[in-house]
Amino acid sequence: MIEVKNMDKKYGTNKVLDNVSLKIERGKVTSFIGPNGAGKSTLLSIISRLMDKDSGQVFIDGKELEDWDTKELAKKISILKQFNHINIRLTVRDLVSFGRFPYCNGKLTEEDWQQVDEAIDYMKLKDIEYKYLDQLSGGQKQRAYIAMIIAQDTDYILLDEPLNNLDMKHSVEIMKTLRRLAEEKGKTVLIVIHDINFASCYSDHIVVLCKGKVVEKGGADDILREDLLEKVYELDFCIKDINNNKICLYY
Amino acid sequence: MKILILILVLLSIFSIFIGVKDISIWDIPNLNKGQIHILMLSRIPRLISIIVAGFGLSICGLIMQRITQNRFVSPTTAGTMDSAKLGILTSIIIFPGSSTLTKMITSFIFALAGSFMFLGILRRIKYRNTVMIPLIGLMLGGVLDSITSFLAYRYDLVQNISSWLQGDFSMIIKGRYELLYVSIPFVILAFIYANKFTLAGMGKDLSVSLGLNYNQVVAVGLTIVALISSTVIITVGRIPFLGLIIPNLVSIYMGDNLKKSLLYTALLGAIFLLFCDILGRIIIYPYEIPIGLTVGVLGSLIFLYLLARRKGYEA
Repeated sequence: MIEVKNMDKKYGTNKVLDNVSLKIERGKVTSFIGPNGAGKSTLLSIISRLMDKDSGQVFIDGKELEDWDTKELAKKISILKQFNHINIRLTVRDLVSFGRFPYCNGKLTEEDWQQVDEAIDYMKLKDIEYKYLDQLSGGQKQRAYIAMIIAQDTDYILLDEPLNNLDMKHSVEIMKTLRRLAEEKGKTVLIVIHDINFASCYSDHIVVLCKGKVVEKGGADDILREDLLEKVYELDFCIKDINNNKICLYY
Repeated sequence: MKILILILVLLSIFSIFIGVKDISIWDIPNLNKGQIHILMLSRIPRLISIIVAGFGLSICGLIMQRITQNRFVSPTTAGTMDSAKLGILTSIIIFPGSSTLTKMITSFIFALAGSFMFLGILRRIKYRNTVMIPLIGLMLGGVLDSITSFLAYRYDLVQNISSWLQGDFSMIIKGRYELLYVSIPFVILAFIYANKFTLAGMGKDLSVSLGLNYNQVVAVGLTIVALISSTVIITVGRIPFLGLIIPNLVSIYMGDNLKKSLLYTALLGAIFLLFCDILGRIIIYPYEIPIGLTVGVLGSLIFLYLLARRKGYEA
């Protein structure tokens, strides 16, 4: 379980996280929503030790973040931030093999390669595994990076805006994969996402952040309420039940 | 791979047997004393220094390009060479008559400081576009270079310092190049760290997330670059373009996984440098064109070609 206690973070004088406390349940998909600048990405970065916090505590499986050895932590928790700026000419297979780095320091054993193959199959990348990343489309690239995360085989998977720049088809594909990861492999998935309807349809829990504070958390039914979303986003919302999913209109 | 090694061996043999003093490969069974003397004193040291410098500089370029995630960065475009030069000058001023080793150590320290300064500037700059990064490096190099010139004028060392401006292998003889050997363990270290450099090339966030000690890997990388650069500039001089074009050429065919591409980069670097050296030695035989010039001309042509084919291979 991931537990955050009284976390604060400032950029200069700007308070990005203000006394945030929450617990994240294992084996579920948890989405973080909220307007730009609400502190969602910062929260994920701090939980995954990419960024230092000002005060407060993060516990991962009961052990405080600072007490984790970074290599051990890399076997426990993985994060994928927006990656479209990374420019490196690696083949898909090479990229995925780097997911095994925490386990083998780059000298992959047979077992490591087996994990790499599984991850490639899981993301249906077999036919393009020897292509270079710069030859791929946005959706294929995203799948390749997720395959790397799968090869890393961590209990917790954090993704910062995984649907950024993807069309509807690829977005659905990615969200379905994340659900499968939670259901089939028991992974705990945390995502920062802007599209509330995707969050509503595919996540077990939703956490709403606004101005650095947790405004509300719960299932889709608790979160997709007109009064709550109108207050958070300062927009008019209309929420409908469609095929047992809460869908909101705000256009 | 085999082809590259074969080319390198052939060029090496060729290189040994060209020069003002006629020595043919058929003389080998019965070389006279004078011929052996020339081989041991001049031809073989020259060959070794070219190969070591070619290995070293192309590896330096590759490491810097991965660390900065920019294909246009190399020791010559990131201020490393200029800081090394400033270091040599400083050591001449502060410790007059100092040994080559002292000069090398000072220039190494300066080169290392210069590379860290470059990375420090990059971290502070928000607007990080592809062309901006090498431009910053060139500017930093320009500033350092002007300090060097100023000091050189001040202490009447202009002639002295200009002898490092242009790379030249014709001055390499036994006893004047051995310092290059210092770089060999660092070339080996680069191979040991190959995987980590590749990972660091995917950015700090991703490296940390995969459990890599990012800052340590960057520090090791810059140390390798600074050390190889300073040994090369002291023994051979400044060789442009090599660290820039060779890693890019190899990347087109082999990608950026250093585990696969590092050896190719090193070999191709040595081949290219050796080829340029041989060319410089035969074009106006029995005189020589300095290697800096031949590498510069050939290198800039290849560089233009690389720029032109950048479509679908965005740097």
